Amino acid sequence: MNFSFLSDPRYHILGAFWLTVQLTFWSAIGAFILGVILAAMRVSPVPLMRGFGGGVVNVVRNIPLTLIIIMMSQVLANQLGLRLATRVAGVNPQAFLDNQNFRLAVLGFIIYTSTFVCEAIRSGINTVPPGQAEAARAIGLTFTQVLGIVILPQAIRAVTAPLGSVLIALTKNTTVASAIGVAEAALLMNTLIENESDKFTAVFIVIAAGFIVLTLPTGLLFGALAKRNAVKQ
Amino acid sequence: MSERATVLFDIPGPRARRFNLVISVIFAVVLALLIWWVLTVLASKNQLTGDKWKPFLDGQNWTAYLLPGLWATLQAAAVSVVISLPIGALLGTARLSERPWIRWPAGVVVEFFRSIPVIILMLFAFQLWFYVLGVSSPFAAVVIGLVLYNGSVLAEVVRAGILAVPKGQTEAAMAIGLSKSQTMTIVLLPQALTSMLPAVVSQLVVIVKDTALGGILVGYVELRRAANTSASFYGNLLPTYVVVAVIYIVINMALSSLSHWLERKLRTRRGGGKVVHIDEGPQDDLMAARQRVTVLPTGEGAG
Repeated sequence: MNFSFLSDPRYHILGAFWLTVQLTFWSAIGAFILGVILAAMRVSPVPLMRGFGGGVVNVVRNIPLTLIIIMMSQVLANQLGLRLATRVAGVNPQAFLDNQNFRLAVLGFIIYTSTFVCEAIRSGINTVPPGQAEAARAIGLTFTQVLGIVILPQAIRAVTAPLGSVLIALTKNTTVASAIGVAEAALLMNTLIENESDKFTAVFIVIAAGFIVLTLPTGLLFGALAKRNAVKQ
Repeated sequence: MSERATVLFDIPGPRARRFNLVISVIFAVVLALLIWWVLTVLASKNQLTGDKWKPFLDGQNWTAYLLPGLWATLQAAAVSVVISLPIGALLGTARLSERPWIRWPAGVVVEFFRSIPVIILMLFAFQLWFYVLGVSSPFAAVVIGLVLYNGSVLAEVVRAGILAVPKGQTEAAMAIGLSKSQTMTIVLLPQALTSMLPAVVSQLVVIVKDTALGGILVGYVELRRAANTSASFYGNLLPTYVVVAVIYIVINMALSSLSHWLERKLRTRRGGGKVVHIDEGPQDDLMAARQRVTVLPTGEGAG
């Protein structure tokens, strides 16, 4: 098998995977924050918020990620004129486009992934023994205090492993950013297969290995964290 | 306002009710402002005019673009799930084999295909198909990519389903002199398949969504890609994407409720065993499926 493309300066294999890591990192942070907010809404005593949270989750989850990412670029940016990066007049617009598409992709991943984070945390809330909330209420904590100080910390610890799965899914989902021209691993594989079509098996092995290197440690790390964080009951 | 008490808060008293009402009103106002703002932006970009939405009353838009696209999506999803099921059953039972030289390779295959993005699998399948047969087939690429991934996911579902069959079944099968493979094929697998039906249906949601990946790099003209062509023809990108999103939401919500219905039905079935259940959550992740597959005990009267 011929792996000559690995040393070809035209292909930035590490650069592409670095972009995959960056997409995953920023999307994960955003999705976690938005997911916690959505979960808090879904368990709140205000019916309107519960309905809104549930509606958002059920709508977003059932739309293909591909559709969401392409809508970010074609509808939000091109049709409605959303700008997430600054364009300097007279400068090659490539840098602007790269930044813009990267940020649009991250926004799309945050919206999509937050619904899965929300559902994971909500199922974590169900694992917290009722006595915890009852005790918290008995000492006079308000709903926000019960949720923020007592329930959520335990719920998030209980769902460490599922959250790790969400993160792994997100890492793999970042390949969808290739649909709007973000130069991450899947787009690189596409270019490689076009230019070096005789070596497509070698290309597949390299890209697949890259993803295994990214996802395997994530799984092991979150497995270990889940064990360490397990709430003793 | 519902007055349902949950573990997190008491049934609201007069003060809490007032407070909740205030929060509700504030939230409603914010929400209304948000919707108003979105509508203003849309109107200012001329997205709400009748012209933009009229193409959906045009039969040709449906017969030329949207329905063929939808058909392609459903076709790819259906073919993929039909092929994935036997492969999943095979891999799932192989992972439970007593012989390490069967168990280990099956485990490696399942873990390998679960940790690779589906687009990568589709790209590889596309090229492989072309290399072997000399013709390119986006449909084959999409189906092979989906089968490799979902076959591995379903393998874990099958494994959980078999492990969930009560131990007495295996013991009884052995007592009447069935061999190990007979026990698996005539006693365990049929029971496991029934109990995993809801999980398979909810996996269909993932498959339907993932067919859209075929429109990105391997050029399969499924619903989203067909709609894109329609949108450039009629010049109504935003309305078209909204309609396509609604179509996906309707299909997937129908599948989800079918899955819930099956689950309820199986759980209350007389003498029913257990139901393999994938928790609602990150179902498009394989690992998630494995980690979150839990077995729900049935109510009383089992056995």
